[in-house]
Amino acid sequence: MRLPTWLAHHLAALRALLVFTVLLGLAYPLALVAVGRLPGLANRADGSLVRAGGTPVGSALIGQAFTDADGHPVPRYFQSRPSAAGDGYDPTATAASNLGPESVVDTIATDPAQSTPSLLTQVCARSRAVGELDGVDGRRPYCTADGVGAVLAVFRADGLTGRITRVVSVNQAAPATPFLSTYRGVPVVPAEPGVDYVAAGGIVTPIRGDAPAEPAVPADAVTASGSGLDPHISPAYAEIQVARVARERGADPTAIRRLVEQHTSGRSLGFLGEPAVNVLALNLALDERFPAR
Amino acid sequence: MTTTTAGVIFVLSLIGALVAVHRPFGDHLFRAVSGTRPSRLERGLYRLVGVNPVAEQSWGVYARSVLAFSAVSILFLYAFQRVQQHLWLSLGLPAVPPHGAWNTAVSFVTNTNWQSYSGESTMGHLVQMAGLAVQNFVSAAVGIAVAVALVRGFARSRTGELGNFWVDLTRIVLRILLPVAVLGGLALMIGGAVQNLSGGTEVSTLTGGTQTITGGPVASQEVIKELGTNGGGFYNVNSAHPFENPTSWTNWLEIFLILVIPFSLPRVFGRMVGQNRQGYAIAAVMAILALASVALTNVFELAGHGTVPQAVGAAMEGKEVRFDVSNSATFAAATTLTSTGAVNSFHDSFTSLGGMMTMLNMMLGEVAPGGVGSGLYGLLILAVITVFVAGLMVGRTPEYLGKKIGSREIRFASLYFLITPALVLVGTAAAFASGNNSTALNVGPHGLSEVLYAFTSASNNNGSAFAGITVNTTWWDTALGLCMLLGRFLPIIFVLALAGSLARQAPAPASEGTLPTHRPLFVGMVVGVTVVLVALTFLPALALGPLAEGL
Repeated sequence: MRLPTWLAHHLAALRALLVFTVLLGLAYPLALVAVGRLPGLANRADGSLVRAGGTPVGSALIGQAFTDADGHPVPRYFQSRPSAAGDGYDPTATAASNLGPESVVDTIATDPAQSTPSLLTQVCARSRAVGELDGVDGRRPYCTADGVGAVLAVFRADGLTGRITRVVSVNQAAPATPFLSTYRGVPVVPAEPGVDYVAAGGIVTPIRGDAPAEPAVPADAVTASGSGLDPHISPAYAEIQVARVARERGADPTAIRRLVEQHTSGRSLGFLGEPAVNVLALNLALDERFPAR
Repeated sequence: MTTTTAGVIFVLSLIGALVAVHRPFGDHLFRAVSGTRPSRLERGLYRLVGVNPVAEQSWGVYARSVLAFSAVSILFLYAFQRVQQHLWLSLGLPAVPPHGAWNTAVSFVTNTNWQSYSGESTMGHLVQMAGLAVQNFVSAAVGIAVAVALVRGFARSRTGELGNFWVDLTRIVLRILLPVAVLGGLALMIGGAVQNLSGGTEVSTLTGGTQTITGGPVASQEVIKELGTNGGGFYNVNSAHPFENPTSWTNWLEIFLILVIPFSLPRVFGRMVGQNRQGYAIAAVMAILALASVALTNVFELAGHGTVPQAVGAAMEGKEVRFDVSNSATFAAATTLTSTGAVNSFHDSFTSLGGMMTMLNMMLGEVAPGGVGSGLYGLLILAVITVFVAGLMVGRTPEYLGKKIGSREIRFASLYFLITPALVLVGTAAAFASGNNSTALNVGPHGLSEVLYAFTSASNNNGSAFAGITVNTTWWDTALGLCMLLGRFLPIIFVLALAGSLARQAPAPASEGTLPTHRPLFVGMVVGVTVVLVALTFLPALALGPLAEGL
């Protein structure tokens, strides 16, 4: 019996798929798994586990949060970057924030649990917190002194044009005092929870302010990474943490700084990537060399 | 060395490597797809599959073989995900819900690898390696096979035969994809990419918390995901994950793997039509568009315009310290210029104009250099349209490589070009008309960008995401699944029909009136036609999205 052609095609297709599934879906990956058992490769193939006193404490490639149970930074450790993976550095829920470059208006709900901060406010709040923790200037452009995005909704008589009728500081709800008292002669009022000023026709106007163009708190300290698991911080972010860590451990800042340098990797081959400090490796070395008092 | 200098050297070193490799690798590809003797393994495979390797196929039979293979693959992958909880290495994960399984099955079979799911919490290891990663190989091979069939249409005359799909598929997998995947996979493992079957190791962190260090056959999947311009990550965060892309040099290697086959295929084209310079002309078009795009993406990202990047001092949101801004921008350009869609940083958080470049790259139709195979056939279609436009302008006979571009040929080429814009614009409009845009994270112009990006990515079979949008709903999974399906297979049918029509023709001898198609003039014209066609199609949509936001 001869099969109809259309059926013959599909039978060949099914057989081809099964053959390739065995070859490419089982033989190939399992062969690489087997190669990964070879000494020298096994640790890497298993996730580059790092041990302290024999027990694994993490992976050399995966960042960790050095915070206490309440999420506050533990000051004797160098701190990692902000993370959007789960509750922070959760490898089972990797994620980025996905907030855009003009995410500047917070949603302030009447129930604070329903409020969501814009990316700008998150950046400002992190900058202020890092500044306080490490004793540096936490001010940034487009940020208020109380650590939210400095953004106004400007209402004009004829929509986009005309005289200014009302100005609201959208990210500051009462009782906060607006970061500007007046805008072009019009008094600035704080936001009321639950009101969407953008939908009401307010023109979103971020205010640059007088913060230095190069803030003391580096860029990586106030932004979440792509993976949420970034194991590195920039040498600049490590540098502003040196004084605090030295103080907490009763150590000489120069010695701490030397340890940071030892855990800083330059660009591979001199031009690939950026210099970076592996935070877990650095903190492990700290615990070994300068145990906390 | 400044960040910018390092970023420029990074790009130059990639160019150098591609220039050095495209000839020998292209020649190797050429030998693989032209009929030399089958190896013992290949003969065994043909017997198992039950095909006669010397029987040639007409364009219709070739197309039906592609469609049958893809249909069977979609059904198999769908079923695989639906029963994964009963299978080995499922890690206790439940069955994938029906709309998600449909979307993912279509996504991987069409070489899109759009992911409406989060890898680590949805797919067990067996589905990843024996389901998804298998399609990473074979969907890439399908793309290359179709491109080769089109080139045979140019190279052959007075015949209805375009080769044998099963033979092309087998040889491309065995002689090209698998050997490179083994070598590249080993390199990634040396860099630190994970390759085991572990369900995860729980550790106690320095401050007393717990963390699960995940495992899985990651390296073997990561390498083919880049080499086959697939892009579907093992983990949710794709190549930003340190276990997929551990170091700055693996990042370089992954970009190289993304670009190596697409930039080598013009060499195969040149050799198959017997004029290497025709291949160089096609490669030149690809290179010009790609360089311009990589440069602009870097400029926009390093300049860091926009409120949040200005407040931060750099466009660092969604980027890793080990890659920083420039290497992330270069990866983003490479992944959207091809049909890869892997990401090592999150395009949604790019500057408005940097994010627009990634969208524009896909809107170019992914021809610079494009996905494996699909880039070459997409660009050859554009070359055919250019020949026709030039013919109309100066009154020359529209012909390309000795084949007349008559009404039948130009009809297939035009239909090919119209499919993706139609899917993108109709899809975006449908999302807004039906209110399904409300799952986007952002509102206003950025919200439009997110929806537009999703449809652009799906219809062009890219698979990258602006990501700030919830797409694992029934509507989104279905709509994007349809876009991926139609955006992949309708163009393939038109390409093969065009190939059949070209192969039947007798070669027309070059005359005074023939436009030379290997000179800089022609290269410039193809670039111009591509940019003008794309600008006319998409500028209104872009003006409402990223341009409105960025200016």
